[in-house]
Amino acid sequence: MTTLKVNGQEHQIAAEGDTPLLYVLRDELKLNAAKFGCGLGQCGACTVIVDGKAVLSCVTPLLLVEGKQVTTLEGLGTVQAPAPIQRAFMEEQAAQCGYCIAGMMMRAQALLQRNSKPTDAEIRGELALHLCRCGTHTRILRAVRRAAHLMDTAELSPANQESVR
Amino acid sequence: MNAPIILDRRRVLAGSGALIVSFSLGGAFAQEKPAAPAPNLPPSLKTAPFLDSWIRIDANGTITAFTGKAELGQGFKTAFQQIAAEQLDVPFASLQVVTADTALTANEGYTSGSHSMQDSGTAILHAAAQVRALLLGEAAKRLELPVETLRTENGAVIAADGRRLGYGELVANDVLHLQAQPDSPLKDPATFKVMGESVPRVDIPAKVTGGAAYVQDMRLPGMVHARLVRPPSYGAQLIECDVAAVETMPGVVKVVRDGNFLAVVATREFQAIKAMDALAGVAKWQENAQLPKQDELPSMLMAMPSRDSIILQKSDPKVVGQKAIEATYTRPYQSHGSIGPSCAVAQFADGKMTVWSHTQGVYPDRQAIAEMLRMPPADVRVIHVEGSGCYGHNGADDAAADAALIARALPDSPVRVQWMREQEHAWEPFGPAMVTKLKASLDGHGKVADWHFEVWSNTHSMRPGGAGCLLAAQHMAQAMPVPPAKPIPLPEGGGDRNAIPIYSFPNAQVVHHFIPDMPVRISAMRALGAYHNVFSIESFMDELAALAGRDPVEFRLKHLDDARGRDVIAKAAEGFGWLRGQTPPRDRGFGFAFARYKNLAAYCAVASEVEVNRETGRARLVRAVAAVDSGQVVNPDGLINQIEGAILQSTSWTLYESVSFDDKRITSIDWQTYPILRFDAVPDSIHVHIINRPGLPFLGSGETGQGPAAASIANAIANATGKRLRDLPLSRKRIKDAIDA
Repeated sequence: MTTLKVNGQEHQIAAEGDTPLLYVLRDELKLNAAKFGCGLGQCGACTVIVDGKAVLSCVTPLLLVEGKQVTTLEGLGTVQAPAPIQRAFMEEQAAQCGYCIAGMMMRAQALLQRNSKPTDAEIRGELALHLCRCGTHTRILRAVRRAAHLMDTAELSPANQESVR
Repeated sequence: MNAPIILDRRRVLAGSGALIVSFSLGGAFAQEKPAAPAPNLPPSLKTAPFLDSWIRIDANGTITAFTGKAELGQGFKTAFQQIAAEQLDVPFASLQVVTADTALTANEGYTSGSHSMQDSGTAILHAAAQVRALLLGEAAKRLELPVETLRTENGAVIAADGRRLGYGELVANDVLHLQAQPDSPLKDPATFKVMGESVPRVDIPAKVTGGAAYVQDMRLPGMVHARLVRPPSYGAQLIECDVAAVETMPGVVKVVRDGNFLAVVATREFQAIKAMDALAGVAKWQENAQLPKQDELPSMLMAMPSRDSIILQKSDPKVVGQKAIEATYTRPYQSHGSIGPSCAVAQFADGKMTVWSHTQGVYPDRQAIAEMLRMPPADVRVIHVEGSGCYGHNGADDAAADAALIARALPDSPVRVQWMREQEHAWEPFGPAMVTKLKASLDGHGKVADWHFEVWSNTHSMRPGGAGCLLAAQHMAQAMPVPPAKPIPLPEGGGDRNAIPIYSFPNAQVVHHFIPDMPVRISAMRALGAYHNVFSIESFMDELAALAGRDPVEFRLKHLDDARGRDVIAKAAEGFGWLRGQTPPRDRGFGFAFARYKNLAAYCAVASEVEVNRETGRARLVRAVAAVDSGQVVNPDGLINQIEGAILQSTSWTLYESVSFDDKRITSIDWQTYPILRFDAVPDSIHVHIINRPGLPFLGSGETGQGPAAASIANAIANATGKRLRDLPLSRKRIKDAIDA
């Protein structure tokens, strides 16, 4: 049994220690957000946050994250109470098929947690590994900038939300 | 708004859900054969003319719109909901859209060719308008009032005296089980409340919060995980495979072998992956493939046996050319490259097969799977569940067949098949390689006198219909042969899609060389032949403009009669700030291109600014401005999203992408060997201008940007470097070589 803390909750995981974190999240904990894209650490679709850092869960074995704090997109917010990064992606309609988006959002979230005002070049640099095939890149960049703004003005009440576009 | 559709479907499967109750009460299924549909109906209404195939209203007022098309991330589900809400006069959020499912929706074939808005959107538009009229008529009868004195609002018919009948109260006695009529009382676009608005997409909230949004996210009770061991190359034979050791690995439920079809099933997903690796290790294959030499692809294509047809012949002997040029353009095989490899879930229970798939065509896929399993199609149900974006025929249908074949070997257990990255890259059917040869001459006034265009191409669709198109059916012991390739007929065309120029040339000939043999597995990829044909035509138009000493935009307008096309060109040029005699900044170039997709769908023009690093040859799209006319716009932001995506995806195809192979195997099997666009190369801005045409028919727009974006970039590179590149992709090395030449 491996002890894993995910989204603030502690879990006892029966899977073998070499199981990539991705499969533990998806199959043992039934979390959808981290996606299988390549299993090779080449596309970013599986990205989650471990102790504040963006990590490729498809190439991170379970035993390496034992006892650490894992955060997935589910841990940030919900449809009813979205986190700033989630609100920003909804407001910018920053998805087409959306398969890559959860990974993008987690990478961006990790960036914004350590740098609340990233430049455009910093955002692009941070997302360099992440692939999107639908071509929503410019919307993703806008959504990350919007999220930075929302996090900066976190007290902004829902009544003041800007409408989409 | 964020309905967990997968859960609904599970409830339907279990037979206890609200959906199935309302449908059985409705009594009619979308497949019911009509007596004789009214003539002049929009195409999808003709094949499924009962109004309740498209719109159902329950006694409690619940409204559902049905489409036989599959949501692939284009966002049409939201657009269809807008159309139905508008024409029914109900709030947007008060209805739901159910997408492709062979048990529930009309047979609308494939979700392809930018037909969703045109076919399904139009069917829903008319059906909803006719349903509203029927409800008004029913209310008039019950209230004994002239129908003209009644109005609809918020899901009810309201009389002048304030009496109100909800839609749910009015639908008793199968009032909607009627065939569509040729005329629909459509609303005046000036009164639209929700059509024409950028309503946020209904699917995005789940996708950004970790909701169940994809077939990959399905978890049925008792579900097991399967992985495949594919042959190393096309046509390889499995000659030895001792599975004993694999069968005893932790979690392994079964090894399924049927001829050259090899798979392993385990209770946990990572156990299945480990077992797959072990199984691959013990499988011995004899490889037989003989792939063409990649470097000689264009000449090989032109030398292959072809069926040739002249698809345009026009002559005016009075106009004689003076200065002539010619050029050859080539395109390699290119990959759909879905970010999520294909996946499917299948369950074989009580003699019935149910398959959940991100296929683009639930009905054709059902037909093919039934044929493969030698089952009656009525015993197979295919339900569309979203997958990762596919942009055409990727591995979706094959994964569905894989899941079905494995599920048959494990009755009752839901089986989830997930392809690995290298399987998707190696086995998906690629966008076909193509060659075009152009020759044209100018008259004394700098106008095109004579135009010759030849295109060499495979078909652009090997989608299932017959089981032989499915990998599983090709690999099983009683293998089913790949059906012979057929060209897609004009006016839509396949390899010759957009081969006929939209411009007016006095003398013109266009020849389509259809190549039946397919040395590499190919099928439909977004825009089909239009991507390369538009790239060729629009590059060559720039070469001719230069020969004539004319501005490229002015040169196009001089040859174009189509008023809507002219408007789109003018809008993109204006938005970009295109000026005759403009000089781009150092090491940058401006490019322009235009097309009307298939010469019958949406119009699109793209102006680009591209930066070229002369030292490395690296080209980057700096900014793009597009204009699009897709008729009546339903969701402007959705349309903008599609065009932005088309430009960026086409940029990636155009600058980077080529499937690679050696004499036996596909060698581009991941993102390192098949690089695509990354954030460092994403443009600073893309602006999309929409020319709305209220009341005019919807024109498909999901693919219209691919060709213009490619040519606009090629033209900008030529403008920046003075060198014309004609072989796709316009790679760093090719640009560098051209600069140094």
